[in-house]
Amino acid sequence: MRRVVVTGIGVISALGRDRESFQKALHEGQCGIARIKGVENYDLRFSNGAEVKCYDPLEHFEPKTADMIDRFAQLAVVAAREAVCQSGIEWTRELRETSAIVTGSCVGGQATENQGFYDVYKMGKTRVHPMTIPKTMANAGASAISLEYGITGPAFTISTACSSSAHAIGQAFSLVRSGMSEVALTGGSEAPFSHGILKAWEAMRVVSPTVCRPFSKDRNGMILGEGAAMLVLESFDHALARGAKPIAELVGFGMSSDAHHITQPSAEGAAKAVRMALQCGGIAPEQIGYVNAHGTGTTVNDITETTALHLAFGDHAKHLAISSTKAMHGHTLGAAGAIESAATILALSTGILPPTIHFNECDPECDLDYIPNCPREADIEYGISNSFAFGGLNAVLVWRRV
Amino acid sequence: MAEDLNQEDLTQRILRIIAETQRKDPATVTIDNSFEELGIDSMDGVNIVFALENEFDINVPDEEVKNIRNVRDMVEGVRTLIAQRNAPATS
Repeated sequence: MRRVVVTGIGVISALGRDRESFQKALHEGQCGIARIKGVENYDLRFSNGAEVKCYDPLEHFEPKTADMIDRFAQLAVVAAREAVCQSGIEWTRELRETSAIVTGSCVGGQATENQGFYDVYKMGKTRVHPMTIPKTMANAGASAISLEYGITGPAFTISTACSSSAHAIGQAFSLVRSGMSEVALTGGSEAPFSHGILKAWEAMRVVSPTVCRPFSKDRNGMILGEGAAMLVLESFDHALARGAKPIAELVGFGMSSDAHHITQPSAEGAAKAVRMALQCGGIAPEQIGYVNAHGTGTTVNDITETTALHLAFGDHAKHLAISSTKAMHGHTLGAAGAIESAATILALSTGILPPTIHFNECDPECDLDYIPNCPREADIEYGISNSFAFGGLNAVLVWRRV
Repeated sequence: MAEDLNQEDLTQRILRIIAETQRKDPATVTIDNSFEELGIDSMDGVNIVFALENEFDINVPDEEVKNIRNVRDMVEGVRTLIAQRNAPATS
């Protein structure tokens, strides 16, 4: 088995349109949540979201290209460009032929689909735009990245709701670890703001009317977010041979299915994914210092995740520094695992752990250290990123500082 | 729509909706049941409230949905919301 390292990170989110602004916001505990501007949400019970601000497609794409790909796929390409740029990879013919692209997305180009259906059902039009299908497909991000670089190796997309991009990174990890590919571009993207989707989230009654307060006793739900994060994964030897500087090592990946309930999480299922990730990397629970929690800010998730951490880590759970960065960048669904992996890597590599902002009050049922409100300096070698999806599909990644 | 406030009719309509949404025999759903006894979890509760909102043209706040855990409270909550809907505007 090969060692797998990260040599490039790209992020675009409510915390800014590049990695640097993302890192700065995490270190300062900034909040990216604001009143939703991209959708006329006059009849919703909530009005806040974590949108990417001041995003102009024409700053990133030729007008014709911008018309051909949905916002979620554009965000994937923007993040991929930043990651590739940082990695310093030069695309030789051989590398193009063998490199992999694995992306995650939950709802794909739903805004495009929403517009097409609105035209038909509401406006009585008899035709929708011919690009509706290729703009909507969940793999549009992977395909756009493939076209961008001329990469012809294994490329696919995983859709497992809020675990999508964690599962995607896990699959890319397997491809590089096994030697099938030397390099993989992997991560996820999401742009879930359209009237129809927001109404569907409203109906589930899990969205906060205010802000996301993970693990705080007065938490009242999640905040939807959009964005993308992409990583360049590379075999350690390949990175070394071309003189690249690894930022972090991906040492373990675990996944499980709750087989419990379509929306209610299971502590045992989540704990199993954590245990499997540690086992995969040959890591003892006591070696983990930081947890980037799934931490959605719903009543049930945060209690269940706390229980899961107790189950997986035993006595060591109380020594873990845990934060949910969703309070800052929102719940980006299929991009969450990638954006939060980026946050985890940056926390380990800079020695500054992002806080759980908007934390007001301890909950007796959430009895661990959630790094409330203030970032914390810490010298930590190993951290995990948790993703627990609706449908009970769990994915956990173990990252190591290098 | 004063007939909506007839307690017995209202109760029966709500019991019927609970039974229909949960695909249960109506005879097994009574006003004295807790949601736990009926095997109704939080997502089921959200689904029932969706049906009740459509049936009675009311809007149930998120917080109310979280707090209701038995049939009697649900009937009471719906009755209150219908009364509020029917009340003449005060300003």
